[in-house]
Amino acid sequence: MLIYIARRFLEALPVLFLVVTACFFLLRLAPGGPFSAEVDIPAATLARMEAHYGLDRPLFLQYTSYLGNLVQGDLGPSYHYPTRTVNEIIRDHLPISLELGLWGLLVALLVGIGAGVVSMVRPDSWLDSLPMGGAMIGICLPTFVLGPLLVLVFSLWLGWFNATGWNTAGDRVLPALTLGLFYAAYIARLTRGGMREVIGQDFIRTALAKGLPRGKVLAKHALRPGILPALAFLGPAAAGLLSGSFVVETVFHIPGLGREFVNAAFNRDYTLVLGVVVLFAAMILLFNLLVDIGQVLLNPRQRFE
Amino acid sequence: MSVTVPATALPSSAEHLSPGRLAWQRLRSNRMAMAGLAFLVFFSGLCLTGPWFSPYGFQEQPLIAEGATPPGAQHWLGTDHRGRDLATRLFHGGRISLLVGLLATAVSLTIGVAYGALSGFLGGKTDSAMMRFVDILYALPFTVFVILLMVFFGRSLVLLFLAIGAVEWLTMARIVRGQVLSLRQRAFVEAARILGQRPGKLLSGHILPNAAGPIIVYTTLTIPNVMLLEAFVSFLGLGVQPPMSSLGLLINDGATSMEGAPWLLIVPGLAFALTLFSLNFLGDGLRDAFDPRTGK
Repeated sequence: MLIYIARRFLEALPVLFLVVTACFFLLRLAPGGPFSAEVDIPAATLARMEAHYGLDRPLFLQYTSYLGNLVQGDLGPSYHYPTRTVNEIIRDHLPISLELGLWGLLVALLVGIGAGVVSMVRPDSWLDSLPMGGAMIGICLPTFVLGPLLVLVFSLWLGWFNATGWNTAGDRVLPALTLGLFYAAYIARLTRGGMREVIGQDFIRTALAKGLPRGKVLAKHALRPGILPALAFLGPAAAGLLSGSFVVETVFHIPGLGREFVNAAFNRDYTLVLGVVVLFAAMILLFNLLVDIGQVLLNPRQRFE
Repeated sequence: MSVTVPATALPSSAEHLSPGRLAWQRLRSNRMAMAGLAFLVFFSGLCLTGPWFSPYGFQEQPLIAEGATPPGAQHWLGTDHRGRDLATRLFHGGRISLLVGLLATAVSLTIGVAYGALSGFLGGKTDSAMMRFVDILYALPFTVFVILLMVFFGRSLVLLFLAIGAVEWLTMARIVRGQVLSLRQRAFVEAARILGQRPGKLLSGHILPNAAGPIIVYTTLTIPNVMLLEAFVSFLGLGVQPPMSSLGLLINDGATSMEGAPWLLIVPGLAFALTLFSLNFLGDGLRDAFDPRTGK
């Protein structure tokens, strides 16, 4: 297993390298520079600013020095916030996004798997169609519709939670629901499908025939193989949670990295954009690795290859 | 030359139906799918013709804006804070969203089918290399790339659907590749090859038509994903630009003014959710219709 993990890490490196390279040149090829959006700057000042950030050097040299700094973990200075480095910005804002993402993931897993299992307690009854109908609605309510709707109902009309902010424990509820419910809906459908397939198999019939209560069979015997499809979906879901965090952080005014990224894109803050993209790609690759390991742990027939 | 069985060779019973007719019959008995289809026809019809019947222009606003007015006799769905008629803006926004959805899907369909068919047809090492590439792309945060493209290369509609299409082809490529891989082994393909059919014609004339079912089904399921991405990008303010409207943009407008005028959020949100709902049900129904063994 260690060899497997090591190999996956080695495989991920060229992917990251490609992402960095592609994004670096994409950003540099784009018309307009990081300082062109601002009010007219005298040519001499502009030249001095570009010299300060090394933007006057040949493109390839800029690229190699960026790569060199990146290997040492230095993502460079921000072009928009003159006194801050990208590392500092990420350090300040990433923990908030990570916390939001974890709450969202928790909601997605608990609600999703829960609904999927409940629907299999008595298939094709209201106990099945109710959660599955809810899941279908959830799939069709993307984060940017669900988020404002939740704010409208639970903070403006009912007044249960604050509409914006990230200070009290209650502030976590609506953003986590917004982020998680969409994926909970997918996970519920996948869990139900997986469980349905497992339940038709002989070992489940044996367990039931031995007289085990149905709830216990579902929770102990059918769940483990049944959630495999849902687990495989977690890889793509992680990427989705990430982009969902852009919307959620915008809607709820949460000072996380997602909102910072969207702002940086508007500000043409090249280094910040690039740094965040590299970080996101690395995080997603890591998460995919964790999902793959989890799959093998749940399904011993599948080997680390 | 093609190797089709002459129609007379088949048992000429009245029950013989073409696969397409059979699928249509199965689809028609699926109530949710038909409801979805009906809503789609209804909504796209409204979006296409609605603006002609509406007495208001989509960016027409009164000289003295009286603020947002709730739905009523004069403006059926109310107006926004500039006094623009929401129904008219909804139809125009729906037009753009549906248009981007269709065009971006067409782009992703082209790339996905070409890539997947080539990969499956060539097989062997080329195939595994091409599919490994798809696996790698799967692991990347693509929404981020769409955002980057939109920010740094201008926010034009053409770029928007090209960017979205360039991102959404991965699953299509996988599905087509799987189909081609299994069809390649079939006897009728072998027969055509032995009869001297050129590889290109073999692929386009014999293999791909037989993969049409899954391709159609997945195309229907791609449209909601594409529309979702468009609305997402527009919601962040990076897609369709005002004064043009799209459903994502309308939802964003609604979210900023929902405190005093909740209908500005609810109406476009509902329209968007129902469109996605319909497309998903139609896609599921089509899948069951084309391949009754899968599904559920």
